[in-house]
Amino acid sequence: MTSTILEMRDITKTFPGVKALSNVNLSVEEGEIHAVVGENGAGKSTLMKVLSGVYPSGTYDGQIIFQDQECHFKGIHDSEHKGIVIIHQELALVPMLSIAENIFLGNENAKFGVIDWNANEARTGALLKKVGLKEDPKTLITNIGVGKQQLVEIAKALSKEVKLLILDEPTASLSEKDSQALLDLLLEFKRQGMTSILISHKLNEVNRVADKVTVIRDGRTIETLVKKDISEDRIITSMVGRSLDDRYPPREPDIGEVVFEVKNWSVYHPIHAERQVIKGIDLNVRKGEVVGIAGLMGAGRTEFAMSLFGRSYGRHITGEVLFKGKQVDVSSVSKAVEHGIAYVTEDRKTYGLNLIDHIKHNITLANLGGVSRHSVIDDLRELSVANDYRKKTNIRASSVYQMTGNLSGGNQQKVVLSKWLFADPEVLILDEPTRGIDVGAKYEIYTIIARLAAEGKAIVVISSEMPELLGITDRIYVMNEGRMVGEMPAADASQEKIMRAIVRGEGKAA
Amino acid sequence: MSTEIAPAPQGTVAEEQRPRIAVSALTTNLREYGLIIALIVIMLFFQFTTSGTLFKPVNLSNLVQQNSFIIVMALGMLLVIVSGYIDLSVGSVAGFIGALAANMMVIWQLGPLSNPLVVSIVCLIVGGLIGAAQGYWIAYHRIPSFIVTLAGMLIFRGICQALLGGGSSVGPLPDDFKALSSGFIPDVIGPLTLIPPTVNAAGKTIIGSGLTLHMTTIVLGLIAVLAYAYFGVRTRRKRERHGYEAEPFPLFVIKTLVASALALFLVYEFASYRGLPVVLLVMGVLISLFVFVTKRMTIGRRIYAMGGNPKAAQLSGINTERLTLMVFINMGVLSALGGLIIAARLGQAVPAAGLGSELDVIAAVFIGGASAMGGVGQVIGAVVGGFIMGVMNNGMSIMGVNVDWQQVVKGLVLLGAVIFDVYNKNKA
Repeated sequence: MTSTILEMRDITKTFPGVKALSNVNLSVEEGEIHAVVGENGAGKSTLMKVLSGVYPSGTYDGQIIFQDQECHFKGIHDSEHKGIVIIHQELALVPMLSIAENIFLGNENAKFGVIDWNANEARTGALLKKVGLKEDPKTLITNIGVGKQQLVEIAKALSKEVKLLILDEPTASLSEKDSQALLDLLLEFKRQGMTSILISHKLNEVNRVADKVTVIRDGRTIETLVKKDISEDRIITSMVGRSLDDRYPPREPDIGEVVFEVKNWSVYHPIHAERQVIKGIDLNVRKGEVVGIAGLMGAGRTEFAMSLFGRSYGRHITGEVLFKGKQVDVSSVSKAVEHGIAYVTEDRKTYGLNLIDHIKHNITLANLGGVSRHSVIDDLRELSVANDYRKKTNIRASSVYQMTGNLSGGNQQKVVLSKWLFADPEVLILDEPTRGIDVGAKYEIYTIIARLAAEGKAIVVISSEMPELLGITDRIYVMNEGRMVGEMPAADASQEKIMRAIVRGEGKAA
Repeated sequence: MSTEIAPAPQGTVAEEQRPRIAVSALTTNLREYGLIIALIVIMLFFQFTTSGTLFKPVNLSNLVQQNSFIIVMALGMLLVIVSGYIDLSVGSVAGFIGALAANMMVIWQLGPLSNPLVVSIVCLIVGGLIGAAQGYWIAYHRIPSFIVTLAGMLIFRGICQALLGGGSSVGPLPDDFKALSSGFIPDVIGPLTLIPPTVNAAGKTIIGSGLTLHMTTIVLGLIAVLAYAYFGVRTRRKRERHGYEAEPFPLFVIKTLVASALALFLVYEFASYRGLPVVLLVMGVLISLFVFVTKRMTIGRRIYAMGGNPKAAQLSGINTERLTLMVFINMGVLSALGGLIIAARLGQAVPAAGLGSELDVIAAVFIGGASAMGGVGQVIGAVVGGFIMGVMNNGMSIMGVNVDWQQVVKGLVLLGAVIFDVYNKNKA
């Protein structure tokens, strides 16, 4: 027999000038996995902040009823005390402390401020077992991968006697394998009777584990679907408020001669000098062609792209880069840009944007020469360029003077794209161009890619989402452990074929 | 169909833009206006508490001469801090350069090389080399600037003292050199006597009586104000011609009028004393140059980008190492200029020249609204911050406030300014 563990009634939260949530209702039953989905900016995170007390009681309207009690959380401590634990998208672990130290941070087994390390480590061991992580509790966080860090976060949540676990985009930065493991863990918790709320962009995951899905759009609850009604198409329709006949824009490739060619590219790790990260890669892209690079997390795709782009990664880089048949020097970013190469990073916040400056300054940064004469910037020309690209890429902002730090992920991505479009490259390398952005914005990014290809640019797309690669590229390279292990026309490719190439490649490497 | 998927709820944006621009023009400049208003309030406060001494022409000249080196160095420090670094060595470098200059002019007898102009140029180059030496480690070896310049602070103070032979001072310096700090621009047009000075019984004029205006100063001041207004109007016109909304017209007029009136008032004050101090002219030229570089030139933009996100800047094709080096070379040159100004004002090189001034310089930049995280800060802010420090020093000295308590007050003002900033940012 199931009973309702959490009920949020008519939650309304207003920020100055914006109604972030209006009369949102969410009802979660004990022991289920309840997914909350919606486009970026729909209000999912705000809702969770209301629930966990980040926005204290009184700053919003509506009721929260948890285990038949109306709750007025004044802060995150209150909600954790009740057993509501939230794991944020950005992990909150201290890199230079050990797993045990992190798990019990602020909650140490201590007497009079003296920590009982044995008890801490013993309890950590037990928790790690629960989440299936085989690591020594003394290992430093910085020495384990993101996937394992996520498990540590979950172990930390478990240490707090959790009754309701909230996961905000838990798999956003995980590889396919780690994501699957995490989802399995969620299902295991469910079998043990734990209730969880899963916030995710990845509808296939939601589809796989969720018992119920609540869709939020523009700060309102649209509907709650139960298991038998859940399907990706159904969710998407509800999320965007219209039906998506096609998730990828149609395009008729017009492919010309080879524009960009990489031969025998090898790179060594910047710190561990003996470790070869990229092992003799060959690649070519034609005019008007969209080429994809598939692979698992850690295959070396980003490292490959960044080492190509002005040696921004790695050491002892060898190999040739040919542009229209002629060898070119790409030893610095400015030289690479000069030769018409642009790289749009996968991590826009760290590598792509100056978050404390506005859209206009970000767009022109890679091509200041294009808006200046004798090193003096022409303010008006810059403004018109920025407005132009804002329109072209459909950046939603009050003006080009809005700080990029205040934009949603999709709009930030469009600013980064605009920056590189304004640099007018012939070859555009896009690294995970749609990571962490919502369905509508994804489509817009795909449209931009299609348009660029139609204009005759050569485009390389690195992506971990196989359907995306299959949907937008003409040809797919498969990369694994620093090698190219496969190449196939997109028309012949399938997720199975790509996975098979990866697995075969793994066999070869071993 | 699929083409309709990209939602474009943008029809309303254009109509909403007008009032928004007015508001954003106000809010984005509020910090700057607020700072200038704070300076004016502080000046009026001291004008009152010092019974009118602060605004006496002779005191204004003193104020400028006493604080110009802080402001000159603050220009360099602004770029350093905006880049995301700090430079603790500027006071020591200034002291060292002062000692070097004094030795070259007075002790070493280098013949034509002892000429004040030659010495000054050599000193500026040495300052640039010092900046390069420190910047090299910071830029290319990623040693934290705090540590490199802390070392520099110890090293150059030590060399300064060694050059001066322990605790003694070297001087007197040639008058030509002292003119850098204590000189006034020559009156090429000739003075205009409005009220003839009173003559005493002995047939000598009483100093300070009558009113004679330094006409060159007046003319220069008028030209500067007219140019300011002209360029203001021109930029406005240009924006409007291209169909872009400029700041609201009344705001523009008020701003221009207030700034012009203030400038003319100061010009009049200087003209009624001995004219424009040379060092004020130097400072004015440098301030304009740095405003231009930070606001209009690509290198300025790159510095802000580097401070805002060094990795993104690097991946945008900016050579952040070279840019860092250049920022520190610039800082070195300005520290050297600061050192020359100090020595010229004192008329000699002393071991304590510039001691502790790095803190005043850094404080000026932070009071001026720069962020310790880098990427944020304005030249005008740093200059006004420097003047706020200067006026407080000057005013409190005239009031007879003990030096110890002056430090307490300055510390509180620094803390208050930054708290105000952080509070405002969190509110927004």
